Amino acid sequence: MSLVWVYAVQEAGAGEAPDMSGVDGERPRVVGTEELAAVVGTVADDGFDEAGLAAAMEDLGRIEMLVRAHHGVVAATAQDRTVAPVRLATVFRDDDAVTAMLRQRHDEFRAALDRVRGRREWGVKVYVDGTAAPPPAPDAGAASTGDRPGTAYLLRRRADRDRGAEAREDARAVAERVAGTAAACAVDVRRFAPQDARLSGRTQEMVLNATFLVDREREDEFRDTVSRSGDGAVVEVTGPWPPFSFAAAEES
Amino acid sequence: MSGPVSISHPDDELSLVDLLDRLLAGGVVLTGEVTISLAEVDLVHVSLRALISSVSTLQQGDREDATDA
Repeated sequence: MSLVWVYAVQEAGAGEAPDMSGVDGERPRVVGTEELAAVVGTVADDGFDEAGLAAAMEDLGRIEMLVRAHHGVVAATAQDRTVAPVRLATVFRDDDAVTAMLRQRHDEFRAALDRVRGRREWGVKVYVDGTAAPPPAPDAGAASTGDRPGTAYLLRRRADRDRGAEAREDARAVAERVAGTAAACAVDVRRFAPQDARLSGRTQEMVLNATFLVDREREDEFRDTVSRSGDGAVVEVTGPWPPFSFAAAEES
Repeated sequence: MSGPVSISHPDDELSLVDLLDRLLAGGVVLTGEVTISLAEVDLVHVSLRALISSVSTLQQGDREDATDA
């Protein structure tokens, strides 16, 4: 028994599946209708059925393998054609179920392909130095209250808190300026939650984690202007990504 | 003067977290006969908690190497 893992949807005749290994070590292939096709892989039902995938999602090693393989196939396919990436862990019983889905969701896929045609996704992250309590100024508030250590302490605490609020305000302003600069060169944007410092691997705090859909002709301009918009903050641009974040119509 | 800038390309080792941002939240969502809709279950949250603790454990060992690269 086997199942069918779906990587992405493309127009019929857009090309073969990339020559590489998929999520189960399988060779991806294309199944399709007259108008649309899906890049799929034949995977074992053991491990890729509902219970198998649920278990995989609890296992960091398995998640990483699935995520990298899924992305790898979608990215390779997107090299030379327009694709609508499909969400991780989309599995069908057989090819007929996939083609039935392509017919049923035809209009939606058409719209998705039109939306991302000639465009790619670029990630933008902004990091600033910690906005948590900065080191206290050496003698803030001490001068006039030298004989009242309790008051000096409270004044110092308040000054620290004000500086903390100011730093957070500054960080927000930097994030919004970078986001605004990026949006001006892009056709669409999605925001992600800032990544935990333990995951980003940086000591600085992430204050913007967004991704933009950019026309290919404007990619150089996008990278150049966004990279320069940090004004002292670290701006990280990643990409190009297949348009994962723009394959589905915007919610709301 | 503009700030420090880094541009990374997918040819580099892609950050797993960046991949998860896109692959767990993005892509066309289809409900097939055997599909797991990750958006509809708590699996992602469970997994991300596991990920945070795993990553922070892993980083004890290779952090220096990674940041010096």
